[in-house]
Amino acid sequence: MKTKTVKRHPTKALRRPAKLWQLRLYTTDQTSKSLMAFANLKRICETHLKGRYRIRVIDLLTHPQLAKGDQILAIPTVVRRLPNPVRTIIGNLSDTERVLVGLDLRATT
Amino acid sequence: MKSNRSKRSSSRAPLPKCPTGIQGLDEITGGGLPRNRPTLVCGGAGCGKTLLAAEFLVRGAGFFNEPGVLMAFEETEAELEANVASLGFDLAGLVRRKKIVLDYVHIEPGEIQETGDYDLEGLFVRLNHAIDSIGAKRVVLDTLEALFSGLRNEAILRAELRRLFRWLKNKGVTAIITAERGRDGLTRHGLEEYVSDCVILLDHRVNDQIATRHLRVVKYRGALHGTNEFPFLIGDEGLSVLPITSLGLNHKVSNERVATGIPRLDAMLGGRGFFRGSSILVTGTAGTGKTIISANFAQAAVRRGERVLFFSFEESSNQIIRNMHSIGLRLEPYVKKGLLRIHAARPSLYGLEMHLATMFKEIAAFRPHVVIVDPITSLMDLGTASEGKGMVTRLIDYLKEGQVTSFFTSLTQGGHVLQQSEAGMSSLMDSWLLLQDFEGNGERNRVLYVLKARGMKHSNQIREFLISDHGIDVVDAYIGASGVLTGSARAAQGALEKAAVLANQQEAARLKREVERKRTAIERQISGLRSDYESEAVELRRIAEQVGISTRLLTNEQAASGRLRQADAKAAANRRSRPRNGMNGNGHA
Repeated sequence: MKTKTVKRHPTKALRRPAKLWQLRLYTTDQTSKSLMAFANLKRICETHLKGRYRIRVIDLLTHPQLAKGDQILAIPTVVRRLPNPVRTIIGNLSDTERVLVGLDLRATT
Repeated sequence: MKSNRSKRSSSRAPLPKCPTGIQGLDEITGGGLPRNRPTLVCGGAGCGKTLLAAEFLVRGAGFFNEPGVLMAFEETEAELEANVASLGFDLAGLVRRKKIVLDYVHIEPGEIQETGDYDLEGLFVRLNHAIDSIGAKRVVLDTLEALFSGLRNEAILRAELRRLFRWLKNKGVTAIITAERGRDGLTRHGLEEYVSDCVILLDHRVNDQIATRHLRVVKYRGALHGTNEFPFLIGDEGLSVLPITSLGLNHKVSNERVATGIPRLDAMLGGRGFFRGSSILVTGTAGTGKTIISANFAQAAVRRGERVLFFSFEESSNQIIRNMHSIGLRLEPYVKKGLLRIHAARPSLYGLEMHLATMFKEIAAFRPHVVIVDPITSLMDLGTASEGKGMVTRLIDYLKEGQVTSFFTSLTQGGHVLQQSEAGMSSLMDSWLLLQDFEGNGERNRVLYVLKARGMKHSNQIREFLISDHGIDVVDAYIGASGVLTGSARAAQGALEKAAVLANQQEAARLKREVERKRTAIERQISGLRSDYESEAVELRRIAEQVGISTRLLTNEQAASGRLRQADAKAAANRRSRPRNGMNGNGHA
């Protein structure tokens, strides 16, 4: 998944050079909400960030200490670690439009 | 299931309580918060919710061996540590020793994008992890309502909160949840509907520009609790709630007497002064010498080797020492010796409760035998009449508990000596001295009398007292036809009496002189008469001598002539004797 991407929009690229997108999906166990969120996230990333994203799924039941770092309250939560700034989306990501807004992908589509 | 069981057992046995360790709060709640249940603490901004919650944790970790978790939604760990450090709590140290876990939950409104269904399992996981990491028994969620600003889906939020409280109960932790006071309900977001066991309301009110905090237990399911509003304050040792009504009247009493430092006043109080551990009130208008009398009392006590704590609300410590020095009371050596402690503070420095707490703290630290409050009225003016009386009641009860003699001065306004407030306060006092001004003859004089002295014979006399370079002198006031005579009138009366005595003495002397004069006059007469008599006697003697001489001469002449005519001289002599014999003979016949 680690690939260099082609700059499609030079103006945007100047402001925010497109790098590897690091996403974290926090879940607790394999709940339906978590599974749905993962499926939705994967789908969106494949559509908009193909080849330049990485999703790390963190199960808080096995790593509860990791919840504090990203200030996790809700499950499921997606945190965009890179590029800066950090962005947080909660829910099962069923509303694609809002996910795009949340990940700040609207401009790049 | 678990909560059901605990509820059923609570109906039989008294509800298990979790002591907060907060001064006074456990008294009000009858032992503490409901154990293993959440308690809601609500109140407006800045009324001390977080501090109450933090103290609950700190005391729990420090005294009751119950570790705690503080989940903060508004302040970071560093901020919390700094904030409670002002109360003397070493939160950082407790965190290092794994007694307390701080967890700051950051929620930035609008930062979180919500899409679709979610739950707050993340919060549960964090809380669970924090609780399990140190085996916490106490949990504080401060202020949970921050969630409402961060998350928009209220339906999910409310369902999750309900689940959270249930989860806390099942987890077996005693929890405090703080919430902002709402305009309509107790809390802004209606959290009280989820927490049904115990609700405590904090309040911060400003009366006459002085802020006072109040605490009220709105609800405490399954337990009796004080329902009143109790003032509380945040001092440098944490919170203290003042349950004014919680103290009883069962302190022991002493028969020992303590001298007032004014012998004549002692004499007026049955000869031996006040009872130890009694409460004494001295009232008077401005400038009647209340402070001086109290300083005298203080000096008498420190001379006996007792410790005296002097609360001054009008004069600074140095000012009192200087002023008392001017009337011959030397307090400074005793201050240096540590027997006398003067605590001076402006009444308006802080509210009534804060003053009271400061006084309690000073008393507890200094352990005095005598406490003087000069004047108590400045403090009472800070609050309403009932607050003031409550405060004095509590102070006196506290002092009597420790057998501390309390001496209060009270400033009365204007000419009315018996103000309403004093009448209310007087019932708390065992002895009451009244100082009064008498105006007349273009001057003002001080008098003193004992209005009441419980349990001892006391004088009913009004005495004048004089303040001189060497302290206080109590002197008899003259009672004249026009009332009590004081000052120059008393002096004038004294002079009058002296003059009368003098006049009498003068009169007596005059009479004596008169008698003397008469005696000498008579004596003079007598001596005149005697000299007359003597001169007459001399004359008479002279005449008598002359007569004697002439008689002798005559006799001699007759003798000579008789010798010349011898015969008929004898015959003549016989003749002269015969008739005498004849008469005798006749009588016999």
